[in-house]
Amino acid sequence: MAIDVLAEILTNRALSADYNVVEFAAPDLARLAEPGQFVMVKTSLGNDPLLRRPFSIFEILRDATGQPRGVSILNKRVGVGTNLIYSTKPGDRLNVLGPLGQPWPRQTADEHWMVAGGVGLAPFVTLAETLAKTNARMRLFYGGRSASDLYYASLFETLGATLVLTTEDGSQGEKGRVTAPLERALSARGTTNVTLYTCGPTPMMRAVATLGAAHHCQTFVSLEQVMGCGMGGCYSCVVQVNDHATPHFVRSCIEGPVFDASRIIWDALVH
Amino acid sequence: MARDLSVQIGSLSLKNPIIAASGCFGYGLEYAGSLDIGALGGVASKGLFLNAREGHAPPRIVETPSGMLNAIGLQGIGVHRYISEKLPELRRLGVTNIVNVCGTTIDEYCEVSRALTDAEGVHAIELNISCPNIKEGGIQFGCIQESTYAVVSAVRKATTLPLIPKLTPNVTDVASFARQCEDAGADGVSLVNTFLAMAIDIETRRPKLTNGMGGLSGPAIRPIAVRMVYECAQAVKIPIIGMGGITCAEDVIEFIIAGAAAVQVGTANFVDPFVWNKLIDGLTSYMERHDIARITDLTNTMTKGK
Repeated sequence: MAIDVLAEILTNRALSADYNVVEFAAPDLARLAEPGQFVMVKTSLGNDPLLRRPFSIFEILRDATGQPRGVSILNKRVGVGTNLIYSTKPGDRLNVLGPLGQPWPRQTADEHWMVAGGVGLAPFVTLAETLAKTNARMRLFYGGRSASDLYYASLFETLGATLVLTTEDGSQGEKGRVTAPLERALSARGTTNVTLYTCGPTPMMRAVATLGAAHHCQTFVSLEQVMGCGMGGCYSCVVQVNDHATPHFVRSCIEGPVFDASRIIWDALVH
Repeated sequence: MARDLSVQIGSLSLKNPIIAASGCFGYGLEYAGSLDIGALGGVASKGLFLNAREGHAPPRIVETPSGMLNAIGLQGIGVHRYISEKLPELRRLGVTNIVNVCGTTIDEYCEVSRALTDAEGVHAIELNISCPNIKEGGIQFGCIQESTYAVVSAVRKATTLPLIPKLTPNVTDVASFARQCEDAGADGVSLVNTFLAMAIDIETRRPKLTNGMGGLSGPAIRPIAVRMVYECAQAVKIPIIGMGGITCAEDVIEFIIAGAAAVQVGTANFVDPFVWNKLIDGLTSYMERHDIARITDLTNTMTKGK
């Protein structure tokens, strides 16, 4: 079930010139939300921009007694809608529709490794919180272009995740791509049963899926596609999967955004 | 005083004039978990051919000023899976099902229509002769008057269900196509489908849609759609289902005054899947304010001249 809330913006925290985190007051929506689900945010009150924009639920916000009071989104400025979200002010109201889509599946692996690139960190806070409740062993492999692209790493540390940070310019963590330390860790894991979860740029997710398959690890991806409605009505956000005799399109809003990575036909995926 | 929102289109009875537009509401069941789809005037299903179709490669939509282009390519499960997998649940939910029928040949239109006529729970057929996004079938029947007449009269013989051809606005004189439908035995017409349009990425100089062109919908097209509904209302006696960029009750009322008996809402459902009650409530309060007992009394009532 999805609900639409004209939600007040509680805070808008700029993380950089491009990234920000917006907190929405939406207790009813937050109560329904599961890790890995998303919301559709209307970025203006009028007809332009017309369509909503999809965002992973970044955090489920709770009050002092632990009751859900809202959700936050991690936004990156890439176009008109995300620019509007970047420039919102506390007290503004925007329509937030959700929770939508399939959550991360619950897994019973020995270890849970999250692999995030840039704004692809968004669906992992809720996953890490859920895993932390079961004292599951987890790692976060988190890559960005430079140190200023890596946010909230300490939150994951607080939740008990081991951090593996990489930057392309070497300004923080290991220099290079996040898949390099991931591959080493997979090779060194011995008989440990690992589930991989990934979200980020398509080439990164594809590389993680390839590594996961090569190392016989169950791998889940959270995909972001151009999306019209988020409810399964428009058939615009399709991704091609291979789980029938012939490749076919499925809607990432209702069958995803989380998919078993082995289903995805990566060559057909829009970057 | 209770306001009568019911509408009759041939033997099709609608409890209210607000219908979810084809291609914008899946098969209806996608929304059943979040709202009462049986409370809508009707649900126009996603377009159905005889067999399943994959549709176009993404990107399939692009946003434009106060609107959007789509080139989905009529991805769908085919009529037989619709009947076996979707209709039972739609029936259970009390949905008024207006099934959008597609074809690449007149025979296919007739065969799909016959299958639906034999099924339980189909209330009407909306004949899709207007999709701008596929090469074969569809719009080729909607852009030539003789072809429109031929396909509508053939399907008329194949089904006893109310028959409502959906017209394309991509013609010079849409009213002449409405007349062909009326002459061929249609119970009503619905219009407009989307406007053939294009958007280009100026950095790559490639079209923004994989398909190249797509159909424009949303508030951007509404005044043109209102004009076309008006033109058709002057030309035919059969009821008209109007659509094109409706987002609020005022838009619904404008279409009805222009000549529509009922309306369909598409793109606005993407923006607000809970738009339906707002439309019905707004319509009711307008009727109260203007002392209109039956919504049918408002159809085709535009004041002309001063």
